[in-house]
Amino acid sequence: MDTSILSWIIWIPVIGMGAIALIPREKVQAIKMVTAVATGIQFLATIGLWTRFDLSNGGFQYMERAEWIPSFNITYILGVDGLSLPMVILTGLLFFLGTFVSWNIDRAQKGYFALYLLLNTGVMGVFLSLDFFLFYVFWEVMLLPMYFLIGMWGGPQREYAAIKFFLYTLFGSVLMLIAILALYFTCGRTFDMLLLMQTAPTALDGVMFWGMSAIKVIWVMLFIGFAIKVPVFPFHTWLPLAHVEAPTAISVILAGILLKLGVYGILRINYTMLPVAVWWFAGALALLGLINVIWGAMCALAQKDLKKLVAYSSVNHMGYLLIGMAAVIAAGEANGNNLLAAQAGLGGAVFQMFNHGTISAMLFILVGVIYDRAHHRDIEGFGGLATSMPIYSGIVAVAFFAGLGLPGLSGFISEAMCFIGAFPVFKAIVIASTLGILLNAAYFLWAFQRMFMGELNDKYKNLPEINKMELFTVVPLLVITVFFGIYPRPFLDLISSTMNVIIDTVANMGGIAGVF
Amino acid sequence: MNNLQSLSLYWPELILTITVLVTIIADLFYSPKESGRTAVWVLGGLLLTYVAIRVQDSTIVTTLFMENLAFDPFATFFKTLIIIATVLVIFISQRTSELTNYRTGEYYALLAIMVFGMFLMVSAIDLIMVYLAIEIVSISSFILAGYLRGDLRSNEAALKYVIYGAFSSGIMLFGLSIVFGLAGSTKFFAIQEAMWNLEGSANFAFTLATVFILAGFGYKISAVPFHFWTPDVYEGSPTSITAYLSVAPKAAGFALIIRFFNQVFGDGGSFMDPSLTTYTELPWPQLLAALAVVTMTLGNLVAMQQNNIKRMLAYSSIAHAGYMLMVLPTLSSQGVYAVMIYLVMYMFMNLGAFFVVIYVKSQGGGESFDDFRGLGWKMPIVGIVMTIFMLSLTGIPPTAGFIGKFYLFAAIINAGPQMYWLAIIGALNSVISLYYYMRVVKVMFFEGETSETVLIPPIPVILIFLALAIPSVVFGVYWTPIANWVSKSLVFFTQVI
Repeated sequence: MDTSILSWIIWIPVIGMGAIALIPREKVQAIKMVTAVATGIQFLATIGLWTRFDLSNGGFQYMERAEWIPSFNITYILGVDGLSLPMVILTGLLFFLGTFVSWNIDRAQKGYFALYLLLNTGVMGVFLSLDFFLFYVFWEVMLLPMYFLIGMWGGPQREYAAIKFFLYTLFGSVLMLIAILALYFTCGRTFDMLLLMQTAPTALDGVMFWGMSAIKVIWVMLFIGFAIKVPVFPFHTWLPLAHVEAPTAISVILAGILLKLGVYGILRINYTMLPVAVWWFAGALALLGLINVIWGAMCALAQKDLKKLVAYSSVNHMGYLLIGMAAVIAAGEANGNNLLAAQAGLGGAVFQMFNHGTISAMLFILVGVIYDRAHHRDIEGFGGLATSMPIYSGIVAVAFFAGLGLPGLSGFISEAMCFIGAFPVFKAIVIASTLGILLNAAYFLWAFQRMFMGELNDKYKNLPEINKMELFTVVPLLVITVFFGIYPRPFLDLISSTMNVIIDTVANMGGIAGVF
Repeated sequence: MNNLQSLSLYWPELILTITVLVTIIADLFYSPKESGRTAVWVLGGLLLTYVAIRVQDSTIVTTLFMENLAFDPFATFFKTLIIIATVLVIFISQRTSELTNYRTGEYYALLAIMVFGMFLMVSAIDLIMVYLAIEIVSISSFILAGYLRGDLRSNEAALKYVIYGAFSSGIMLFGLSIVFGLAGSTKFFAIQEAMWNLEGSANFAFTLATVFILAGFGYKISAVPFHFWTPDVYEGSPTSITAYLSVAPKAAGFALIIRFFNQVFGDGGSFMDPSLTTYTELPWPQLLAALAVVTMTLGNLVAMQQNNIKRMLAYSSIAHAGYMLMVLPTLSSQGVYAVMIYLVMYMFMNLGAFFVVIYVKSQGGGESFDDFRGLGWKMPIVGIVMTIFMLSLTGIPPTAGFIGKFYLFAAIINAGPQMYWLAIIGALNSVISLYYYMRVVKVMFFEGETSETVLIPPIPVILIFLALAIPSVVFGVYWTPIANWVSKSLVFFTQVI
């Protein structure tokens, strides 16, 4: 087995970036082609990972390890498991499709695509690195390209949106940095995540920071860092702004992948390194999930701007996922060893990560399509579009249905799994969040009604139908949504071994959680 | 060592002295237009000095001139750093438009004198020597700050600098005299021994003296509340001098602070065991921590309000002094280690930021944010390089500035949970700093978009940019050479009492 494939996946975009730097900026077509080729190769490589992935192994595969800074025990460690692989494939897919969504960028293309590829490297690096220092570096490397991509190619409020995004995320990251260092010094001076997963639970046992348990302090610091990315209420205010101002492709990446980084971080780090605190925090997590569900749905309902509506739908959807994540404690002894519920909840959460990635990407691309034609996104300003753009309307209908969780589409399965998992433990929260589902359906259907039904607005009689390039970017996502809606088995097989490992880790801590 | 023996280990300073004399004499033979060529003499002298430092036996750890100066790898580290900074500043000075109407022979000679003064500062272990060293550096920098005789702001800068300088050295001298009165000696080790013997009976006097002495040191590193001179002096001085003041004397000041607290109030050298430092029971770690918090917070908050980039960088350099001060209360060798790494990283990024300001001004621009509007479109190379420096100053990976901050935070966290609050304040401060550093990036790229013909700087300018930007990035990814250099240099001359 070629063991350097993960490095290639991470660094191919940087090679592409180097190539772009050498191309004169007038040769726009060549720049786009380089980006398409780099992201295409990367996507194929991630598929390659999947085909040779050992489904029965819940641990890390394709491991790579190299010395980096020995004096500080910093190592270059990469690896992929059932939690990161779906995210890696999703990243590969969305960056590849995003290249074509970006095809119409009309100025400073050289800078745009170079930064786009740098962003790609940052995201891939976070999902694949198993050294905490490396993880942090990649985590931060994402910020700068994002800042520029929103700030230079975004909408009218782009400058404010860009700096707000940057400040919020950096605030979270510096807390994370301190938590990382605290872990480093209390757990035997290592950044190796695999080692930390083993040593942290015992090394931190009984350690106190300012009269509080060190585990709780570190957990909360890491959680805030990740929660800002998710985003969890009340750290979500950067999101609608950034989503709305960003160019279409960047909104796709932001909603499709960057939000998942926060969830990934919580599952990868908080859950496996500090499992005992999951017991302490699960209730709050579920409650935050509920708030996200209701708050996101209510805000979405109130929006007049279609892109903002989709942005708030992300807040709403992330809520389901948080509730599902909290369900992991069902497997503990205190909750009657309900392994099935934990598997459903955690599996549902990870599946929801993937599904939201494809569905929200689709929604943002579709918003971009109508914006390119009508030059506004005011929901009230349209009407009867179904007669002038039937194909587009059909696709939007499917995407909206996927977003509201219609059975037969992938969103339904993962949301249902989250609720099924959480029900035995958090009955009240699950029941309350069904209100969110109702609102969820309401805002999508109402928006659809206002935009596509009724009388055709004369201004938009001659809007051109969705074109081939746009179809090329939407259809793969549509196919995935329908396919996993009908047959989710391949995905669940992919993640199940790793989910069991995480559930085991957390469940085993249930016994001492009471004392803690 | 006695005076004669000491001379054999004093070659670098001797060469520097000769360099100064040669430069002044050589300047007599140049016409006013050619006066800038004296830079060559200074560069040559610095090169020889560097060689002299390198050929010295680095394993020798001793004192020179009857316990007036220490000779140890710690001093050598700072001497090397100062030489690098000076060489970079001399190259930068060649490109500045501010000095074109002035004879620059004295300018370079004064730089060399400053280097000499800083060499003394980093190795002084005697109160009188400390005072002399600080004054040599200060007086040369007063003149350099006021070098633009025809410019009112430069005159103002020099005058303010002199007044604040005189005031704080006066207070420091008062503090030193109290220490001398209590200890009966001006030698660091004798003071340390005397303090030990006093067994805490004169702690109040010592605390008072520490506060006074900090006024002098704080002035040199521009720590709040001794920073009031910084913005005006930085704004009025020739920008090349501003760049120099923000790096070299600051490094020397930190060396002096570390050595003083380490050897007088600390355990006498290695800083390895924090328990040893408690014997004095003086609150100086708390004093330094408070100073650090105030310095970085005020520096950052005020930097946000600035509309002149030079002033903004002045306040940002105050904030950076605060970051570095933050680790000194940890009383650990990791803390000193972190400061030394930080100074290396800081040198490249800060000189770089100032050089961009110099270059933009020499191209007919100015120093305000408005003058940087659209710079990234008109001069993409300058824009990108400036972005690197701004990111590095903020401490975003993968830049050198991040590694510097990383070591600072690591040293604090390593000192235990009672210090975490300091790390959190420091971390929040770097979030604040993001706002104003990114403001530069914002005006360069997000505003004033044009498709005018792209300006590419001449080769020498590009070379200077590369010499500053490449380390700012490369040391953010691979800094083992720096880490090794610093850890080898973490050896003090100590005298166990």
